[in-house]
Amino acid sequence: MTASCPMKPVIEVRDLHFSYADGTLALDGVNFTLYPGETVALLGANGSGKTTFALQLNGILQGAGSIEVCGLPVIKENLPAIRSKIGMVFQDSDEQLFMPTVLEDVAFGPLNQGCNPDEAVARAGATLQQVGMEHALSKAPYHLSAGEKRKVALAGVLAMRPEILVLDEPTTFLDPPAQHNLLHLLQDLPQAKLIVTHDMMFARALGRRAAFFERGKLVADGPIDEIIGRFQWDYSAFDAALRYSAQRRL
Amino acid sequence: MHHVLIDHWSQGSSPLHARDPRAKILVLLIFLIVLATTPANAFVTLVIDIAVLTSGVLLAGLPPVGLFLRAAAILPFSLTFALITWLAGDLWRAVGLVEKSYLSTAAVLLLVGTTPLTRLLGALEALGVPRVLVLLAQFLYRYLFVISEQAQHLRLAAACRGGSAGPPRSRLQAAAGAIAVLFARSYYRAEGIHRAMLARGFGGRLSLLNPLRFGARDAAFTATIGLLLVLARVQ
Repeated sequence: MTASCPMKPVIEVRDLHFSYADGTLALDGVNFTLYPGETVALLGANGSGKTTFALQLNGILQGAGSIEVCGLPVIKENLPAIRSKIGMVFQDSDEQLFMPTVLEDVAFGPLNQGCNPDEAVARAGATLQQVGMEHALSKAPYHLSAGEKRKVALAGVLAMRPEILVLDEPTTFLDPPAQHNLLHLLQDLPQAKLIVTHDMMFARALGRRAAFFERGKLVADGPIDEIIGRFQWDYSAFDAALRYSAQRRL
Repeated sequence: MHHVLIDHWSQGSSPLHARDPRAKILVLLIFLIVLATTPANAFVTLVIDIAVLTSGVLLAGLPPVGLFLRAAAILPFSLTFALITWLAGDLWRAVGLVEKSYLSTAAVLLLVGTTPLTRLLGALEALGVPRVLVLLAQFLYRYLFVISEQAQHLRLAAACRGGSAGPPRSRLQAAAGAIAVLFARSYYRAEGIHRAMLARGFGGRLSLLNPLRFGARDAAFTATIGLLLVLARVQ
């Protein structure tokens, strides 16, 4: 899917600027569009502004410029509706799983959306089943493995039935089998997805588009292979150098 | 791992588990007031208090030995103060200190062992405890493990670099540094948790999956046990 798609975008960001309280310029004139069902990898070095950008989309951080989510401007009055439309899975699942049991945690979002307790439990049960964690209903989050925590965190977001998923470094702390499971799970989800990641295999497996951040600017947006090649943003980019140094050692 | 075991106890299904947490909190309050005002040598009252407490433990299906042993965790503190009081020449006050602190701890353990944390905190909020304190208690409970794990990592990292081998002064400095780091990390984690809560629509109030219902049985439970405790005190 490209920017010329006739569909209405689910996220439209225009000239976004943001500085932290200490004066650090974190976002500098970012323009970005995401269409329904599309998956985009947000790439760039640590501190380049990817996570800061993601946190602007549901109004957790607020900068200057305009952001529209599913046609709603990101302003204070619209935040409850916007936070129902954008589900955010944070990098550290321990920060996301704050309720005493898995069921209570997954039901947290639906209860905040105004569901009655029975409906919230039903939604939580259904989403836990969707991510393969229905056996953990009454478990405490600290009893789960990193992969299980990530799945429960995703269930907590899916239970709110969002139209867009934002995942911040979803493969961090996960072993390869857990990464594989997560990949399959995400591939089956119909929502539009924004994935902040350093894992190029994961990014390539999920989508064909990438946006590259550098010092707060979105400097490139296009096909993922082109972006990775252009910025040498993959291990393969170091292959030649590694081979050269290995030959020298011999 | 006390906290895990008590969590497990609180998931039971006994008649005591089924009572509205507000009823149990009110009975606990009456118990604590009666105990605090009972003279240390009022043996009949104390025996009735112990009988009520033990009946509660048995009715809840909790292991009496396990619960009463865990309540002994308070004894090192209360025995210290009791010893000072005894040395000051007030034997009965010293005995009272130990009796009351031990029985109070056992009663609190019985409450938390028969009430899941979210319901207990919901009840406290319904009884007028400020919401901010209730939320703090919930997060303290949830993140105790995470923070203690981080502390353990810091300790290991220090040990790997010879942190436990230096003179006491440098070890103390290293420990102070580690505590500062732990505080900073806890602060950043708190910020992360708050963001995660906002992202899922948190508006300042935690909703309960099973809303509290104070029914006729809860009223009868509160009145009967409360009256028994008060009568035992005034007899």
